[in-house]
Amino acid sequence: MRCPIFSFCTDPDTLGQLQWFLCYFTTAKHAGLYVAVGTVLLLLAVTAPVALGFGFAGAVAARSSFLPLTLFGRGYIAIVRGVPDIAFFLFFIIALDQFLEWIRHSIKCPDWTDPIRQGNDFVVCQAAKLPLGTAPQWVHETYGFALAVFTFSIVFGAFAANVLFGAMQAVPHAQTETAAAYGMNPRQTFWRIVVPQMWVYALPGLGNLWMVLIKATPLLFLLGIEDIVYWARELGGIKTARFTDYPHGDWRMWYFLALLVFYLAFTKVSEVFLDRVMKRLTHGQATAGGEAQRKGMA
Amino acid sequence: MSCWDIIADYGLRSIGIGERLLPRSDFTLCHQFTLIGSGMIWNIYFGILALITGFVLAVSLAVGKASHNTVIRKTAEWIIFVFRGSPLFIQFFFAYFLFLSLKQTFPVFSPLTSAWAGALVVLFLNTAAYSGEIFYGALQSIPKGDIEAADAYGLTGLKRFRRITFPTMLRLAWPAYTNEAIFLFHATTLVFFSGFPAKRQQGDALYYASYFADKTFNPFVPYPILAGYFIVLTLIVIAIFGAINKRLNRHLPQQQMSKIRLKMNLIR
Repeated sequence: MRCPIFSFCTDPDTLGQLQWFLCYFTTAKHAGLYVAVGTVLLLLAVTAPVALGFGFAGAVAARSSFLPLTLFGRGYIAIVRGVPDIAFFLFFIIALDQFLEWIRHSIKCPDWTDPIRQGNDFVVCQAAKLPLGTAPQWVHETYGFALAVFTFSIVFGAFAANVLFGAMQAVPHAQTETAAAYGMNPRQTFWRIVVPQMWVYALPGLGNLWMVLIKATPLLFLLGIEDIVYWARELGGIKTARFTDYPHGDWRMWYFLALLVFYLAFTKVSEVFLDRVMKRLTHGQATAGGEAQRKGMA
Repeated sequence: MSCWDIIADYGLRSIGIGERLLPRSDFTLCHQFTLIGSGMIWNIYFGILALITGFVLAVSLAVGKASHNTVIRKTAEWIIFVFRGSPLFIQFFFAYFLFLSLKQTFPVFSPLTSAWAGALVVLFLNTAAYSGEIFYGALQSIPKGDIEAADAYGLTGLKRFRRITFPTMLRLAWPAYTNEAIFLFHATTLVFFSGFPAKRQQGDALYYASYFADKTFNPFVPYPILAGYFIVLTLIVIAIFGAINKRLNRHLPQQQMSKIRLKMNLIR
């Protein structure tokens, strides 16, 4: 557990205040915390576009004139939004895991006769376990992370679908009517007129959703991933001199304060950024905001 | 064992009345319905108390944020920003460990380390911040004419606030505030997953639902039950808030009444 980064860290007992903290924050265990912060950012980076894709598909489905597709789209939006989100997270992760194992089970062990649900147990054959019991640790972690990303995407996809559905409806009718008058078919109208214009109506909702997504990332902890909440509890707990070179009291409060500040900074930066994007998107639009910009310039 | 016996044993289990041990095997549907329902007591307790206390602070925050006094305005803005800008989950954790360390120096704080008081304080501040922002938005969109009319009638200061500003603000904010109330109830499920210990396994509905899911490896029964309970709770909240909305708008022509539109899309 000797600190490899700074040479003066070899004997922590003799260090001054500043150097002690410098060494303390570069221990191998703290690397886990920094990796977890990276995990959160990665989750956001992957989930946001995927959820937007799901949302777009859901909104298009809900708008379609083909009845089963409409029902599917509206059902997707309604079910996910009606249930407390955290319950959905807890439920979906187990359900998805069992579903995947069940499919693999049906394919890989066709001659298995025992029922899968034996009373209170869910039993599949060894070859169908996901990930395999023999797989290395990182496969388990990656699988857990992938499940989490998928769950987040499904849930936030439903929210995004709702926002985009509203935004598509909000594009002024005169615009689509004009497109039809010019002889565009519905597909052309949708891609050339509705989609480019809907973003200005969708952005406030999507921005809100982005903030919510940022604030939902600590729920990773509930999905059994070693995320920042896990590390904050782990590193902050009382450490005695017997087990570590850097003994300290109960610092969990300070670790969570740091997380709080991290999230506050993150949301603040996002807010400023979204304001800028909104300003750009409003430019030249036939909305009150666009009109105000035009007058401001004149 | 009939279902009535189970209800008698576990109906109030979440507040420590009845059977001491949780069921360990032979889980029936009745067990699951009863225990998860028993846990709802906590969700309702947190929700209602946080709503009522939070309402008072929310109005103060809204008025504070609209105030001309820089100190008051900045303070209100910061409180709202801190509680709206960070995840409720982290707020729970931070508050719990904060209360733990405070308890060591000041024993007065020891009730706050248990969920019934500590989590309530966090929920109170959190909902106050969210509703404060809603009320502030409503305060900004009060029609200019209303205030001018109040001036013309010679209403000023507190009287104008009580008779004109406050009722109008409430009326404008009510649909959004209804959504906030629903989210608050949903957010109460986070309490026992965030540091605050469930003393003697007395937890909320989600606590018991995940207990059953863990024991039976079958999420398809407890979570839908939980969802069912929450849908019922949501419908009750909508009914109550809808009635209040009707009363707030009773002097207006019926077409103008702002309908409550459900918008369930927030995780904190």
